[in-house]
Amino acid sequence: MNLKSIYQEVILDHNRKPRNYGSLDCPTHHATGHNPLCGDRIDLDINMLDGHIEEIAFRGESCAICKASSSMMTSAVKGRSRQEAEALIREFREMLVSKEDNNDLDHLGRLKVLAGVRDLPTRVKCAILPWHTLHAAINSTGEATTEADDHSNKLVANNH
Amino acid sequence: MKIVDALVTSSAQQTTALGIERFRADFPILDIKVDDKPLVYLDNAASSQMPQAVIDCLVRYQKTQHANIHRAVHYLSNLATQEYEAARCKLQNFIGAREDREVIFTSGTTDSINLVMHGYGRKFIQDGDEIILSELEHHSNIVPWQMLAEEKGAHIRVAPINDAGEVLVEEYEKLFNSRTRFVALSHVSNALGSINPVKRMIAIAHQHGVPVLIDGAQAAPHLKINVQDLDCDFYAFSAHKMCGPTGVGILYGKAHLLESMQPFKGGGDMIASVSFEKTIYNEIPYKFEAGTPPIAAAIGFGVAIDYLEQIGLDAIAAYEHELLVYAASQIRTIPGVKIVGDCPNKVAVISFVIDGIHPHDVGTLLNQEGVAVRTGHHCAQPIMQRFNVAATSRASFSFYNTKEEIDILVAGIRSVQKVFAQ
Repeated sequence: MNLKSIYQEVILDHNRKPRNYGSLDCPTHHATGHNPLCGDRIDLDINMLDGHIEEIAFRGESCAICKASSSMMTSAVKGRSRQEAEALIREFREMLVSKEDNNDLDHLGRLKVLAGVRDLPTRVKCAILPWHTLHAAINSTGEATTEADDHSNKLVANNH
Repeated sequence: MKIVDALVTSSAQQTTALGIERFRADFPILDIKVDDKPLVYLDNAASSQMPQAVIDCLVRYQKTQHANIHRAVHYLSNLATQEYEAARCKLQNFIGAREDREVIFTSGTTDSINLVMHGYGRKFIQDGDEIILSELEHHSNIVPWQMLAEEKGAHIRVAPINDAGEVLVEEYEKLFNSRTRFVALSHVSNALGSINPVKRMIAIAHQHGVPVLIDGAQAAPHLKINVQDLDCDFYAFSAHKMCGPTGVGILYGKAHLLESMQPFKGGGDMIASVSFEKTIYNEIPYKFEAGTPPIAAAIGFGVAIDYLEQIGLDAIAAYEHELLVYAASQIRTIPGVKIVGDCPNKVAVISFVIDGIHPHDVGTLLNQEGVAVRTGHHCAQPIMQRFNVAATSRASFSFYNTKEEIDILVAGIRSVQKVFAQ
């Protein structure tokens, strides 16, 4: 993928009209994600029922890549079990930090349009932030930061 | 100097460009391509590029002059020591310091500020004392003082700014009281480019008997500095923002203050004598230069100073102001783009936001056009909070930039808007 392809229609559309944007009244799970690189922050609310993500909503100020990733993530995990969500988090992360050009991304469905971020090392954190936040929310740790991720950390420039 | 004179006096753009082409040619990196697009380097406030003269100096030093300094009696050590001390004298003259021993080599501005915090602050600032900063500070002129305040039970007071990004001097003056012990101010804001009226602010502090440190990281590359005229007590800046190498900077301090301070780092070269019972510290500046310094970088810094003085800081300031005025006028014509911190007295820095488009996306898309800008909070989060933005895009210019490059930036901003208007 070239640089241009990351700002393709699907991502711009999710940025313009993010799905599941807003908040839930009394979420059973919540987490806040920070990206100290740019000061971006997202809040994620979840209602878990019988181990499944019944409802999910996110809000916050962020770049197009982060917002599209959040929007697509919430669509992808809605109705899924905790285990399925965790598996998707692992697979998504693997797609962005993997050194090899893995052609077999079909199991990720529409999420594979974000694979191009791999070519923009300083933007990997933007795409991964919502997924860290999801992991924090379903494990009730409450907070996530892009700085806790060993893989993406090594890929980005320090913030000075 | 003929070229410089032509550059300053001529209003014809063609003549200006001719002068600049001469200087641009000194910077080999400006010829590189980014994905087949010519590099348009507008991130000079983060780090400037090195002219061939500095690169040659670094190579020559490593090939023919390198040894440790102030140690041995052999040929190379003498040579390296002479070059290193000559660089100190160049810095002394550059800032108009009274004596060369008032110039301490550090690893950069951050190191210089930390030196003052440890050497002066920890000795003289006590529980309940107050330190004044401005709202425009870079994190490196906030965090060390917060660490000190926490350790000592001291308090940080902040001089506010207005919507144009100017410090409110009357409000600053009101912050002084009998507990005020120290003032730390940036000469020029890294995020907005505002030039602070530091001479006036220093005079106010001195009326209250309070010493002042000036963070000059963004001023020294663009303005003629005279520390005696400013009457600042400390002044700090880095080589890599002014055509020099990374890893070196200076702290200027008035001799009597430096002498009153405790050393920041212990080690070799900063001592007069050592026994296990007692160590006697060396004289200034060596008291603050423990261990082997970045010798090559310091000598390269001296050559960068020669280079800048050859062009002339006044000529640089005049040309960069021309770039600023042109860039601001062009950017203002783009609907949906707002300049953050638009005060009249600025260096050539433009921080801007585009409606509905995050700066990180702006930066990635401009990079596609070969344009390098900084995006983010610029290590100045309090300023971002003041203007209620998470981040901005920042174009920062140097004397080697051209109006044609500004045209490429402006076209780039318009194409970013087009992508997002799809």
